[in-house]
Formats: sequence, C-alpha cells, structure tokens
Amino acid sequence: MKKKREYTVLVELLGSNQRVANEIRRRLTENGTLVINFMSSPGAGKTSLLEIIGENLKKNYRLAVIEGDIETEKDAERIRAKGIPAIQITTGGACHLEAKMLGKIFDKIPKDLDFLFIENIGNLVCPANYDLGEHIRCVLLSAPEGDDKPKKYPKAFITSQCLIITKSDLFPYLPFDPERAKKEALSINPKMEVFITSAINGEGIDDLIEYFKTSLHEVRSKE
Amino acid sequence: MHELSIVANLFEILKEKAKEQKAKRITKVKLKVGVLSGVVPELLESAFDIYKKKTIASEAKLEIEKTLVKVKCQSCGFEFSPEDFTMICPSCGSFEIKILSGDELLLEKMELEI
Repeated sequence: MKKKREYTVLVELLGSNQRVANEIRRRLTENGTLVINFMSSPGAGKTSLLEIIGENLKKNYRLAVIEGDIETEKDAERIRAKGIPAIQITTGGACHLEAKMLGKIFDKIPKDLDFLFIENIGNLVCPANYDLGEHIRCVLLSAPEGDDKPKKYPKAFITSQCLIITKSDLFPYLPFDPERAKKEALSINPKMEVFITSAINGEGIDDLIEYFKTSLHEVRSKE
Repeated sequence: MHELSIVANLFEILKEKAKEQKAKRITKVKLKVGVLSGVVPELLESAFDIYKKKTIASEAKLEIEKTLVKVKCQSCGFEFSPEDFTMICPSCGSFEIKILSGDELLLEKMELEI
C-alpha cells in the first residue's frame, strides 16, 4: 500500500536568486560602490544614456558597466569606446540577467568603484523578477513606446525606484504625453523619482547624475 | 519567457525536499502565484510538464493558486485591493503602501509518496 503524505514547504521559488543578490549588494556596499540596474524594452536608449552619463561621471568618479545581452559584445564595445570599463555577460538566449550570472563574473568587478551600472537585457517583463544586488533600479521608457506602458508592465514600474523617460527630443513629433506617463507611473509607484531626458540634446542628464551622486552618498553614509 | 528558468529553480527545491523527506515520488505540487509575481501561470504549467519527465515528479500534478493584490496603508492602516495597481490609499491619500499579498511566487505544498 502506497502511503501519501502532504508536506507544507513554503519556499520562495526565487529564493536562491535573492540570496545571491543580497550577498552581491552586501559586498559592493562594503566596497562603497553604488549599483544601478537599467531595465527597459529593447531600443529605449539604455546604452546611449550610459554613454552620456559615463562620459560625464568618469571625469571625477570611478565607474564600470556590466552589459547584459543575449548575443554580441556590441554594447560593451560602445561603452569601452568612451573609455569606460565594460564587462560583458552574454546569456545565449536567456531573456534576463540573474544574480548568479553576476556572481560568476564578480571577481572581474573592480573593488574601488564609485558606480557600477548594469545594463539588463532589453525586455520589460522578465528582468523585473530578478534582484541583481542593485541599490537603485531604473526603468527607462522611451517616447516612441507610448505613455501607456506603466500599467501594461506593472512589475517593472512597481519594483523600480526611478523612472527615466528617454528621447524627449522626439516629443514634438509623437503623441507621447510625458505628464500622462508620469502620472500613470506615479499612481502605481508614488515614491518613484522621475526624470525626463534626451541623450541627443542633454535634457535632464545633469539632474539624473545629481540623483546618482546623492544616492552614492546615502549608501556610503549608511555603511 | 523566464518561466522555464523558474521551473528549473522549482525542481532544484523539489529534489532537495523529496530527498530530505525520504520520498519515493512526488505526486502533487502546489504553488501560490500572485498576479504581481510577473509570471504567467499557464506558461509555468507548460514548463512544468516538459521539465518533470524522467524526474521523481514525473507523474506529479501541478496546482496553481492565483492570489490577488492586497495592500495595507502604513499611515492609516486601511487594507484594500488596489484597482488597476493604483498604490495610493483611497482612505487617507497616503503613498506609504505595503504589499500584503499578490507578489508571491511560492512553493506551498507537496504531496509525497513515502
């Protein structure tokens, strides 16, 4: 006679990712490094924004970028061309980065960084589930995508501390209403910081950089 | 489509727990999946059926309980289910909202054959 028994487990399915992410955050906080995770759909302007922010920050700060891509090192090469160290993670098909992928390349991350940027795989769905050990998660929304995205992809917007609206130089040509996008995002995440930016004409970049600098001081003063 | 990766994590946990409980087979697996968990239950089911073959859970049934979003206002204590994911307290207007449920991705129970 087969004996059946019900067993209550109550384990988070992403618990193993969370443990690795917490360890990464702990170690990088100890190093005095602020970790920023950039999430967006493909083509929203993550790499362009990192190029312009990187060029500005590298004058007075030490920074590096982790580039997540399904294939190719194209984005990492763009970042390196600006004189900024880039570490490439190619997932070979996976649609998001996981903390253990960062764990594998952890030794390549310089220990004396002020800022570590992570450019996630272009995808507004899956990356939102995976904490990578970041202090700040930024979701980018570009003007051509439309101002109705926050409620269509709530997880990405609810779990982010910062919304960066990109390609503001295209506002005159598109039906995109930045105020409507902002209002919708703030209704599902009222504490989110919002920046309106353009990597072409530089709008909003200084404010965004100030926000990162302030966050760096906050993380260091807590340490 | 990260459901396959999540199911891979699930099977790691299942194998470990089955061994710990000295089970011969796993006959049922029950998950709790919140609407804010960021995963699609139907895709989890397909991934589970592919993954379970030739494992200790090859005959296992997957049950998924979907949970709705419930939140609590940290300012006035009002509990509510936000419509349209609006995280602003309808009672006092506060932004200090804590999610009580609806974002979970949990292995709740297993049925084991000993």
